Amino acid sequence: MEFAELIKTPRVDGVVLHRPFLPLVEGTLCLTGHHLILSSRQDNTEELWLLHADIDFIEKRFVGSSGTIIVKCKDLRIIQLDIPGMEECLNIASSIEALSTLDSVSLMYPFFYRPMFEVIEDGWNLFLPEESFKDLESMTDEWRLSEVNRDFSICPSYPPLVVVPKDTDDDTLLKVASFRHGGRFPVLSYYHKKNGMVMMRAGQPLIGPNGRRCKEDEKLINATLRAGKRGYIIDTRATAVAQQAKARGGGFEQEANYPQWRRIHKTIERYSVLQDSLIKLVEACNDQSHSMDRWLSKLEASNWLSHIKEILTTACLAAQCIDREGATVLVHGTEGTDSTLQVTSLAQILLDPSCRTIRGFQALVEREWLQAGHPFQHRCAQSAYSSGKLHGEAPIFLLFLDCTWQILRQFPCSFEFNENFLVLLFEHAYATQFGTFLGNSAAERSATLKLPQKTVSLWSWVNRPQEMEGFVNPLYEPNSLVIWPSVAPQSLQLWEGVFLRWNRSSKCLDEAYEEMVHIIEYNKELQKKVNSLRRQLAQLETEGSPLHTP
Amino acid sequence: MISVEQVRLLDRFSNKSTTGTLHLTATHLIFVESNSTSAQEIWILHHHIASVEKLSLTTSGCPLVIQCRNFRMVHFVVPRERDCHDVYSSLLRLLRPESYDELYAFSYNPKQNDRQREEGWQLIDLAAEFERMGVPCDQWQLTDVNRDYKVCETYPRDLYVPITASKPIIMGSSKFRSKGRFPVLTYFYQEKKAAVCRSSQPLSGFSARCLEDEHMLQAVSKANPNTRYIYVIDTRPKLNALANRAAGKGYENEDNYSNIRFQFVGIENIHVMRSSLQKLQEVVGTRALSVTDYLVGLENSGWLRHVKAIVDAAIFLTRAVTVEGASVLVHCSDGWDRTAQVCSLGSLLMDPYYRTIKGFMVLIEKDWISFGHKFADRCDQLDGDPKEVSPIFTQFLECVWQLTEQFPQAFQFSEWFLIQIHEHVHSCQFGNFLGNSQRQREELVKEKTHSLWAHLLSGQQNYLNPLYCPSYGYTNPVLEPSTLPCHFKFWRNMYHQFDRPMHPRQSILKQALTLKENNRELESIAQNLQAVSAIFHVISHVHQEDEDELVEGEEAREDIPVGSDGDRTVEGGSATENGYGELPLSCGSKPEPAMVSLEFGVARMTC
Repeated sequence: MEFAELIKTPRVDGVVLHRPFLPLVEGTLCLTGHHLILSSRQDNTEELWLLHADIDFIEKRFVGSSGTIIVKCKDLRIIQLDIPGMEECLNIASSIEALSTLDSVSLMYPFFYRPMFEVIEDGWNLFLPEESFKDLESMTDEWRLSEVNRDFSICPSYPPLVVVPKDTDDDTLLKVASFRHGGRFPVLSYYHKKNGMVMMRAGQPLIGPNGRRCKEDEKLINATLRAGKRGYIIDTRATAVAQQAKARGGGFEQEANYPQWRRIHKTIERYSVLQDSLIKLVEACNDQSHSMDRWLSKLEASNWLSHIKEILTTACLAAQCIDREGATVLVHGTEGTDSTLQVTSLAQILLDPSCRTIRGFQALVEREWLQAGHPFQHRCAQSAYSSGKLHGEAPIFLLFLDCTWQILRQFPCSFEFNENFLVLLFEHAYATQFGTFLGNSAAERSATLKLPQKTVSLWSWVNRPQEMEGFVNPLYEPNSLVIWPSVAPQSLQLWEGVFLRWNRSSKCLDEAYEEMVHIIEYNKELQKKVNSLRRQLAQLETEGSPLHTP
Repeated sequence: MISVEQVRLLDRFSNKSTTGTLHLTATHLIFVESNSTSAQEIWILHHHIASVEKLSLTTSGCPLVIQCRNFRMVHFVVPRERDCHDVYSSLLRLLRPESYDELYAFSYNPKQNDRQREEGWQLIDLAAEFERMGVPCDQWQLTDVNRDYKVCETYPRDLYVPITASKPIIMGSSKFRSKGRFPVLTYFYQEKKAAVCRSSQPLSGFSARCLEDEHMLQAVSKANPNTRYIYVIDTRPKLNALANRAAGKGYENEDNYSNIRFQFVGIENIHVMRSSLQKLQEVVGTRALSVTDYLVGLENSGWLRHVKAIVDAAIFLTRAVTVEGASVLVHCSDGWDRTAQVCSLGSLLMDPYYRTIKGFMVLIEKDWISFGHKFADRCDQLDGDPKEVSPIFTQFLECVWQLTEQFPQAFQFSEWFLIQIHEHVHSCQFGNFLGNSQRQREELVKEKTHSLWAHLLSGQQNYLNPLYCPSYGYTNPVLEPSTLPCHFKFWRNMYHQFDRPMHPRQSILKQALTLKENNRELESIAQNLQAVSAIFHVISHVHQEDEDELVEGEEAREDIPVGSDGDRTVEGGSATENGYGELPLSCGSKPEPAMVSLEFGVARMTC
């Protein structure tokens, strides 16, 4: 297919662009295969470059012979284009609709994008499982790297290499895989260096209505327990939901067969409920009416902050089991690719200071989301303006980022990255020129789509010093402690940087941030100056020392 | 003085408790934690106690719940019922003083001599403030009609009125206004010669008129060359104003007053505000509160709606004055609650001076203290009518806080300044807020008490906003806040100031303050070092000629700060106090990290 077939009118003059908190721009609108471009053709004026993939939904309106297209983006921005000429407007609208909903992944922009920068450090090779296993090996010899899934046949959503208990052989893994949802047998998610406790994740056990049992599964997870200690299984579903899953072949670990484990059920909602929550939240944020009651009741009805609280609480609970109780934890929900990953990744942010660094957070996203098989392609196909039938879209990753932001707000000096970094990840998970978030699993990414060969990694770009600058938290000071955020509703806040980003002028806040940076920079400068003066003086003193001897 | 040992203090939101000794002194209730490294102490001033409740006896002892006006809530369990009753009945006696001389301000002694105390009172000079605004001028003058509080006893002595408002007009107008509170100047917007005036409601009933009052408004209007009209902002909901007409009061009839633009802005009365804050407190005081209950409770309390209404009114006032250059008269019923809120908040939006520490004191002194906001009644200083109590001033402070959140660089002070003022409005430790009017205060306080402003100024480094940009006021003289509902937030640091687990564990504010302080030190050290090395150069030069010269270069090297790390506290919080959920095996015996206060000015009890 040629993109040209979809572009009936490639260019329209005299288009007026309206954007929130920015002056109107009049210029020429151009459509290319991947971008919507508006240029005023004057120097020093901003141009609009919008990826078609970033467009969530469009609305058309006509007044007389001219039309208006309202473009609602996946990053929640809403822009308006006034287009002279009915036919042009219709053509543009239908082209945008077609180009923003391309079926084939391989037609997406990342496959066409050529970086304008030199790739110094290839992001595709930055976070290899072999490398992180070396770190683990230096701390413990109780785990091994298994290649049982090297051709993705045991578990299509797992990466080729996974970490499992040393004494569990690949044959056992095969059997356990057939007992877990999607073949997702329990694998190591996190090793807590402080006390040697671990967190594992898996899919639900396929107990089914007849109470199936799998001795190998029991043996595998029991192998992670210390003598005489109990472990915790955190099921991210409510008890009733987990019960119902049995009828459909799933279920949860029965006490009788797992006597050394204590099961705790938490209620993290599933994807359709969460998508609905996002839609309602954004609707509330875009409501320009001035009624406080309406705002608060809409905010409440969206349930977004309830979900945040629930996810954070569960992650804190997992961290508490590991750090405070000195217990091993197994986390799963149904598939083990959504709420499970929210919990395991957030728990690591609380427990492991390295996850609060920029590289560490990238590694976490790579390990616990991309390698762990979160279906990004499905979940992020549509954002808050989606309508009609959904196909597994859900803001699972956005909720994780939001929870991270909540922790960052409570520990503003303990993270190496700032809010902008989280916003960046949100944007690129939904629409991007990079290949990192394409596809649904490691299998798709490497075997089917061959992303490492054909696209550029987001990390290759982000880790360049000039880009990194904007994402560094000036207040950062490594904090080696486990951090415990408050999950009281009074301590949680709406993430303005994402949800109110386009409804407020951020000028004042940006300037304040600049001032903050300035104070810190100036401090460093002064320290340097004082140190060098002291050195100079010391030198002068030694030179002049004969003076002091009588 | 009573002391009770083995008293348990229960944490408000978790299952934790600490044991210690409870002391009751003439002025404070003190809890001292026993045998702990942190040895936490809690000092509660009797004036801060809003209510004491003795709950029914439990197996572990007798619970005593104390609710404070600064939003502290403490729950003690006293082992013996008798002791509990002793404390309870003593507190009941102590927390309802019947006369002013029982208030703490009259026994508080900060070791100052009379001259220092006197100077404290002279810090704020309202005559100088009006001069700063450009008054008196060719259109506005100081009148002496109220020199002896004869015309209006709830107004200050010095009042500013239009030149053309003669004494008979003033007298006539004051007779036509509730409590004699006739229209007077409170803020003068020099740039456009537009005036903000305040008064109480007219006694217009259904048809009464008063020519003098009409002349008075005419005079206000004429004093402004920009516009032929003035705005009259009635801060009440229209329904309330209508109801007042039946009682012979009401609002200005546009037919009688020429060239006025009349506007209701719909701020609710003191009773609504009182119950609103009560509801809010109930909601946020709930244990294991869900997000849903929190947001529904926040909505039902109406608190943020009221806060927004006040900010909206202030913006309306500001636009009229700064954009149209029109003069404005603001009133409500008596003109000492809503009127004070709107006039002071409006002035703050228009004039950068009021956004400085000193300026904010002046603003409170002018619009609240001198114009007779009834602090004694509203803050329940003496055992009075509970229906008169209302958080009007608290609400004003919150409006200011909402603005500081939107304009992080516009204010010289941080929220701890606001919280500290709130603390002392209720502490009765200083004379500033005692009584209901300036007249009453003059009789009461100046001779015997101390001024809060001197106290706050002496500790002002704790209340500075590190991001404050002094030139912000030049580039943005008038603030234009957003009043979209989503920009109003719940003020956690005020309403949960004593609930430590709810606060961020690290504070950007404190961090920035420390750095700025550190920067200043480094600057002076660098300067010293430069000076010393310059001397060295000179010496070494001289040295070549005269070998006997000796110079010490040591003094500049003493205590160079170790950078910012010196007083950094790293904290991880604790898992148990946050109560994430049911951990059946939970062993509560693990030592928690020591309590570290990370915020400046977490309103400590000063004694």
